Amino acid sequence: MSLQAHVVVRRGTLPVDVGLEVADGEVLAVLGPNGAGKSTLLRVLAGLLPPDGGRVAVDGRPWDDVAAGVHLPAHRRPLGMVFQDHLLFPHLSVLDNVAFGPRTRGASRAAARRAAAGWLDRVGLADLGARRPGQLSGGQAQRAALARALVGDPALLLLDEPLSALDARTRLAVRAELRRHLAEFGGSTVLVTHDPVDATALADRVLVVEDGAVVQAGTPADVARHPRTDYVARLVGLSLLPGTGEGLTVRLAGGGTVAVAEPAAGPVLVAIRPESVALYPSRPAGSPRNAWPARVAGATPHGSTVRCELDGEVPLLADVTATAFAELGLAPGSPVWAVVKASEVTVYAR
Amino acid sequence: MRRERTPAPLLVPATLAVAFLVLPLAGLLVRTPWTQLGTLLTAPGVGQALRLSLLSATLATAVSVVLGVPLAWVLARSRARGRAVLRALVTVPLVLPPVVGGVALFLVLGRQGIVGSWLAGTTGVTIPFTTAAVVIAETFVAMPFLVISVEGALRAADARYEDAAATLGADRWTTFRRVTLPLVAPGVAAGAVLCWARALGEFGATITFAGNFPGTTQTMPLAVYLALQRDPQAAIVLSLVLLLVSVATLLLLRDRWLGRGGAAG
Amino acid sequence: MRSGRVLAALAAAVLTAAGCGGGDDGAAASTAEASPGGPTGTVTVFAAASLTDVFTDLGQRLEDDHDGLTVQFNFAGSSALATQLTQGAPADVFASANGTQMAVVTDAGLADGEPAVFTANVLQIAVPAGNPAGVTGLADFGREDLTLAVCAPEVPCGAAAEDVFAAAGVTARPDTQEEDVRAALTKVELGEVDAALVYATDVVAAGDAVEGIAFPEAEDAVTDYPLCTLAAAPNPDGARAFVDLVRSAEGQQALEAAGFRAP
Repeated sequence: MSLQAHVVVRRGTLPVDVGLEVADGEVLAVLGPNGAGKSTLLRVLAGLLPPDGGRVAVDGRPWDDVAAGVHLPAHRRPLGMVFQDHLLFPHLSVLDNVAFGPRTRGASRAAARRAAAGWLDRVGLADLGARRPGQLSGGQAQRAALARALVGDPALLLLDEPLSALDARTRLAVRAELRRHLAEFGGSTVLVTHDPVDATALADRVLVVEDGAVVQAGTPADVARHPRTDYVARLVGLSLLPGTGEGLTVRLAGGGTVAVAEPAAGPVLVAIRPESVALYPSRPAGSPRNAWPARVAGATPHGSTVRCELDGEVPLLADVTATAFAELGLAPGSPVWAVVKASEVTVYAR
Repeated sequence: MRRERTPAPLLVPATLAVAFLVLPLAGLLVRTPWTQLGTLLTAPGVGQALRLSLLSATLATAVSVVLGVPLAWVLARSRARGRAVLRALVTVPLVLPPVVGGVALFLVLGRQGIVGSWLAGTTGVTIPFTTAAVVIAETFVAMPFLVISVEGALRAADARYEDAAATLGADRWTTFRRVTLPLVAPGVAAGAVLCWARALGEFGATITFAGNFPGTTQTMPLAVYLALQRDPQAAIVLSLVLLLVSVATLLLLRDRWLGRGGAAG
Repeated sequence: MRSGRVLAALAAAVLTAAGCGGGDDGAAASTAEASPGGPTGTVTVFAAASLTDVFTDLGQRLEDDHDGLTVQFNFAGSSALATQLTQGAPADVFASANGTQMAVVTDAGLADGEPAVFTANVLQIAVPAGNPAGVTGLADFGREDLTLAVCAPEVPCGAAAEDVFAAAGVTARPDTQEEDVRAALTKVELGEVDAALVYATDVVAAGDAVEGIAFPEAEDAVTDYPLCTLAAAPNPDGARAFVDLVRSAEGQQALEAAGFRAP
């Protein structure tokens, strides 16, 4: 285990108490809504914020140990950090930005520039070293920031929302490139993001943090399939319903029941994918086991489908084709019947 | 077209402000005895006073930058207690009548002063009535202008650049030198210009603490004031010279320093 | 011993001044007290700053003697006052600390009749209490090792100082040429200079922090104070009453007490 951390911060608006471990070469994504404490966690790992409790150790060496009175300031930690809006120094050329770290860590000017030029080449910016950061596109700047973070071969790489400031198309390209560099990187990586796509594409494991605490951990696929909180469910586009398993029926906490294909018992979570939900103008014939009356609360076009938010005893998301949406004459406020096959319902222990 | 877009509630006071600032200047120009200009300008004391003014104002600005920028950093960045009190103290020279400032300098640095008497006793050096005293008086009065502008620039600067520098291995001093200072350079330049201009026009503290002696402590404002006692025409010419030299200097510097301001955004 | 001599000199100077001023020469008919239907309203007096204490006192006496009369003062440097008058400032009386600035006013045709010299001032050496540097006379102003202040040649006390040094054949080595007497005295009071050349009246006004040393060469540069009523005076009766009081025995006595001497 390369990074082992238990971070406790009590000051500020939100107390944070998070434990995490990241192996060499592993990428851990910390996923969570705004204000969940992700940035606080990252600042502690970086040494920019001394924690109130806990311990941070990299390769067995303590960087923070509150009980033992150890706090290594940021500039003494062999780490690299990439910020959301790159934070390249505007008064330095791109090359000197990348050479900044090696210089402060004692390399000669020539050696620092050589290392910087090598990394600019690796991120595809070999020709732009003489430019000022202001003359780069968003994607180029973020690649330069990545080179700046990686040039010193750090033991720990911290990525703070590295893609969220980019437009959709650039984001795709930079994400692919980031993925390649992370695969080559031998140290531990902690990626803070609120985008499940980033987490899925880049991370080996995901830690979901809400209100300063870990609410779920696992592989990206696992977390996406079995979300434990509304926040994650909404992120991955699932409707999540807590309830109690009674064999092939789950009695929902919010009222109503769901028929399931696998027997369940005790406290469970029921997850239903929007594309599994069919909408009818009236109660369909043949009495399907999962049919609930509802009302369309909102509708958002998503490519060729329309995602409908349904209000009712059982709140759901439903994807219908644009054609069906038009044929049903749906609009916010329309009454509908939502139908889901029992075999399409996922149920797992809470 | 453009005038239509400037609202009258802004245009009218702005015009008045321009008139208020420019008319006294125009008055000076109108009353300048242009025919005597040559003789008055070549009078021996004038060049001397002008040189001394430029030298002492520049030295005072240099001292203010060396001491004032770190002070501004402390005010803007440190979390030390008593910072509010410190900031209030820094602005004292702004509200103190300069003559009182001069007396206060005597009480500390004069030969009977707290530090001055010790200095005179141990080294035999007395500060009042020397060119050094001129620089000290001007620094005392002008440094707050620099400190306040630089502190403002530091507060406006994005402190996350300093975080980024820290994650790149830079300690606070390296960060200050290589990141913070370049980022606030336009603010430092603006503060230095303000400081220099204030030092150049300084009168009260200088004449009190440094006295008035041609060649060593008589700066242009002192020369102007004394000329006014005997020969108002000469005073006008001297004022004009001071004005032209300072405006020319500021214009020259503006292109060099303040020309590229937006880069830090 | 040294300070004893200073005090003796000071006393002598005061006595001399008193002796000279004792006569009741030049006192015009003192009508002030006599006329029951005397001047009323406000009389505005522009006077040199060195006259502040005496004139304020005399103004009070005049007000006490005349119901309904108010005396208002504008004390400043003589040149500033002359400038204000030529720029049209309304005033009844102008008392200047030198003839040059009075000439500015008379040349502009602002004076009512000929100005008259009503008092005079001489230079003294002002030293900090106790005279720590042991200054004895004008010759000490040539000493390199002392810190010395004189007035700038542009202002009256500086011009007088130049005259005195020339007459005495002393090459002065001042460290500073002060912009006015008050600035020079401040430096004496603070002990920042060993001696300054100022007017006798300033030494009296400065009180205990400053000692005065009279010196014979001062007689070569006696500064006369002229006074006039103004042609455009809004209150000519009040103006005349004030001038009369200043020139009366009572007025002269008050001036002498302040360190002035009779012209």
